[in-house]
Amino acid sequence: MLEHHLSLFFTSLFEENLALSFFLGMCTFLAVSKNVKTALGLGIAVVVIQTITVPVNCLIYQYLLKENALNWTGVASLQGTDLRFLGLISYIGTIAAMVQILEMALDRFYPPLYNALGIFLPLITVNCAILGGTLFMVERDYSPLEALNFGFSGGLGWAMAICALAGVREKLKYSDIPAGLKGLGITFITVGLMAMAFMAFAGIDI
Amino acid sequence: MAEPKTKEVLFDPVFKNNPIALQVLGICSALAVTTRLDKAIVMSIAVTLVVAFSNAAVAALRHYIPTSIRIIVQMTVISSLVILVDLLLQAFIPHIAKELSVFVGLIITNCIVMGRAEGFAMKNGPLVSFIDGIGNGLGYSVILLVVGFLRELFGSGTLLGHTVLPLVSDGGWYVRNGLMLTPPSAFFIIGLFIWTLRTLKPEQVETE
Repeated sequence: MLEHHLSLFFTSLFEENLALSFFLGMCTFLAVSKNVKTALGLGIAVVVIQTITVPVNCLIYQYLLKENALNWTGVASLQGTDLRFLGLISYIGTIAAMVQILEMALDRFYPPLYNALGIFLPLITVNCAILGGTLFMVERDYSPLEALNFGFSGGLGWAMAICALAGVREKLKYSDIPAGLKGLGITFITVGLMAMAFMAFAGIDI
Repeated sequence: MAEPKTKEVLFDPVFKNNPIALQVLGICSALAVTTRLDKAIVMSIAVTLVVAFSNAAVAALRHYIPTSIRIIVQMTVISSLVILVDLLLQAFIPHIAKELSVFVGLIITNCIVMGRAEGFAMKNGPLVSFIDGIGNGLGYSVILLVVGFLRELFGSGTLLGHTVLPLVSDGGWYVRNGLMLTPPSAFFIIGLFIWTLRTLKPEQVETE
């Protein structure tokens, strides 16, 4: 049991890194990685939201949407329902709501973090890493506990990747890059090299 | 502001103002589904349809949407369309839908769709917004198809499943390039594509 969870943790952290092997959350990944400090703020926000939304969506999927999921209610007319077609719209709704709640809670109880995260919190709603995490969870049919683990490790992997890229880009400022490759072009190539480095983790089994 | 011309609205996003190469929007899916050309084609069509119809729908509703909840309304319109596309794909081409897996659902959070709804459709009429959606979908498709073409050709020696470069393992002469099938190659190809585009059109170079 523990072994299974450890293996899931490291697989989603390195081998199946959301950013570098599934290309999720690329838009923000490339746009907000100009310096390490902001990258770290966004990274933390992603870890927190991912750890909340993936298990919550997992509960929604397992107990409301899945085929025969409503059998636990005991109501005869609800037996054998299949509401999976409502999946996408309910996941994105949950994510938007969670982000909103977290924003209000942070503002009320812990203003320093709220100010540090600033604009990143609302932007996370449209970060594909978050929805992607949920969709992978559904596709692989994780149990709620596995979903918690996957949400946390997936978010952590994403945060790690964006911080690493921000560190590289800070140093890149001093390099002499061909004019056409400046900015976006060289960033893509850097990310490509990082993804290659992460591929070296493939096949790790605990 | 003058009314945007239909032709410009349609063709500007393809090269001059490409959503992927210039505005860094919607790259996530662009990279993940391009290991084979057929996947790239299906994905391009799906995204183009969603952008076009969501643009038209949002533009038609634009006078009735209160500003404070516009994001949620746009999200709802977009996710309904994506659900439609997802169901259609599963019904008619299930094998490709299975391989695209989560990336069809991820069209919802594709920034191109959201960005065009917010940036263009909220200010223009339905028809011109529809055309803008098609244009941006085409801009996205161009990159997707180029990357998909290169990756399938050099990675597996085939195009749409037909052998083009006979592999050594099948008695031909081409040693396939395994790198092309792995994630990093997509980054390299797009990086080089941007380089080419910006060398041809120097005004797109970013000023630091």
